[in-house]
Amino acid sequence: MSKYYQQDIETASREEILAIQNEKIAKQVKRVYENVPYYRDLMDKKGVKPEDIHSVEDIQKLPFLTKSDLREAYPYGLLGCDLKDCVRIQSTSGTTGKRVVAFYTQSDVDLWEECCARAIVAAGGSNEDVCQVCYGYGLFTGGPGLNGGSHKVGCLTLPMSSGNTERQIQFMMDLGSTIICCTPSYAAYIGETLAAMGYKPEDNKLKAGIFGAEPWTEEMRQSIQKSLGIKAYDIYGLTEISGPGVAFECEAQTGMHINEDHFYAEVINPETGEVLPEGEKGELVFTCLDKVGFPMLRYRTRDICVLTREKCSCGRTHVKMTKPMGRSDDMLIIRGVNVFPSQIETVLLNEGYTPNYQILVDRVNNSDTLDINVELAPEQFTDKIRDIQAREKALEGAMRSMLGIGPKIHLLAPGSVVRSEGKAVRVIDKRKLHD
Amino acid sequence: MAIRQLSVFVENKPGALVDIVAALAQAKIDIRAMSVADTNDFGILRLIVSDVEATKEVLSAGYLYNVTDVVAVEMKDESGALSGILNVLGAAQINLEYMYAFTAPTAHGAYVVLRVADNEAAQEALTAAGFVLLSDNDAKVF
Repeated sequence: MSKYYQQDIETASREEILAIQNEKIAKQVKRVYENVPYYRDLMDKKGVKPEDIHSVEDIQKLPFLTKSDLREAYPYGLLGCDLKDCVRIQSTSGTTGKRVVAFYTQSDVDLWEECCARAIVAAGGSNEDVCQVCYGYGLFTGGPGLNGGSHKVGCLTLPMSSGNTERQIQFMMDLGSTIICCTPSYAAYIGETLAAMGYKPEDNKLKAGIFGAEPWTEEMRQSIQKSLGIKAYDIYGLTEISGPGVAFECEAQTGMHINEDHFYAEVINPETGEVLPEGEKGELVFTCLDKVGFPMLRYRTRDICVLTREKCSCGRTHVKMTKPMGRSDDMLIIRGVNVFPSQIETVLLNEGYTPNYQILVDRVNNSDTLDINVELAPEQFTDKIRDIQAREKALEGAMRSMLGIGPKIHLLAPGSVVRSEGKAVRVIDKRKLHD
Repeated sequence: MAIRQLSVFVENKPGALVDIVAALAQAKIDIRAMSVADTNDFGILRLIVSDVEATKEVLSAGYLYNVTDVVAVEMKDESGALSGILNVLGAAQINLEYMYAFTAPTAHGAYVVLRVADNEAAQEALTAAGFVLLSDNDAKVF
């Protein structure tokens, strides 16, 4: 059993990777310029010609693509080849506006699934594993991506899709699943359900989980690892670039290796668009080096992170990205203060609460309000009102020191916060209804 | 001698209380005494019941609850009875968290449930002053 799915490329020297990238980028820009009028116009406006792009260093001459370009060009405006050469469509969940559809040729699907296979092997997967995929299947990339990767690794694949937790658990126990792929909030819910059914963490055969598609914190990782008795790995991706597997975590659990032979990453200052040096925090931008159907060049992800080329103990040489510190979409501006749901989750887990919570933002008399519904654990409950109110106050204080603004905490009975089987709905911003 | 009280977390929303009470009725559990403490967000329902174990079983199906020992004192159903009990606690420097009272068709007829910081001290002081305390067994029958 190998530690790597494609050892040569995953552990290639910096020079070898650069050579591969440079060879691919010139061809890719030429192809996009010829086949995608929408991007050709952007390049022409910026006065850049395909001949100006010889190496990845020249990428910063290219114009950016943003989510609004995708909306404007919907559905075929950014298609990179003839439709007859495409074999698949995937689409975003549409939570932040109009859906985006992405097109895949067979080679695009293959390279995407290979990236997912690298992630599974990095999590310790091999053809001896039983891999339970409970990401949604369908237009959402989560299920199809990990399903394809699992096949490539040769795992016995359980294409469960999301939902029906009882059936998930029955299959997990009866068939001895060793790897589980789903959103971190669903993993937490499965852990909670297993405990409620009387199972201990060592009763299942799971050894690893590959969790992504929504923001989660280090504290949540610890809590999932404990409740399921596994090692929890992060995976990153977005439909626009391919899907899950654009970057994945290795055994070191200190950031995600970006599959640089396919996706060139830059970090930019989100205000000025200027490229930032390694180690600085900024917005992540991807260029697809060899995708054909939907070849995004300099696509702005709106994810804020840091890139590092520090040597990794796993032996992989590809650049690592930190867990996104928040997507600009997720950021709430409450009474002028920037609040990320991940900060709230960190406080909750640090204070001994469960990761089941809901954030409610509203505007009352022209002032923003922030309410957080939190579940009480049985051992936190007492018969005295005073004790519970003291808990609420203590949690409000911890939130205020983390966020800079004070929320109103509402403690609820366990199970009161609606569980999600896919992406958890953590935030309800009612202000949008009034505007 | 102490008696066991069950406290149940109740969300502040219509129907929350009736859910619990209906579940107890279904299990043929008699509520001997109860009180509800409430805040803006939630309440705590405190119960003395005919069968603690059966009640725990009912509440385990999805309710947040705990069991605490409280002191239940028999008293005469007449004016001044309660102040006699509280005087004993005050004299013994025992702090009272909360209390509630109920009547039952027995000889004396009235009882008060006391939640104090120190159960043993309260029991000792009350017994020494001649008061009769109830146990779980009393709650089964009266």
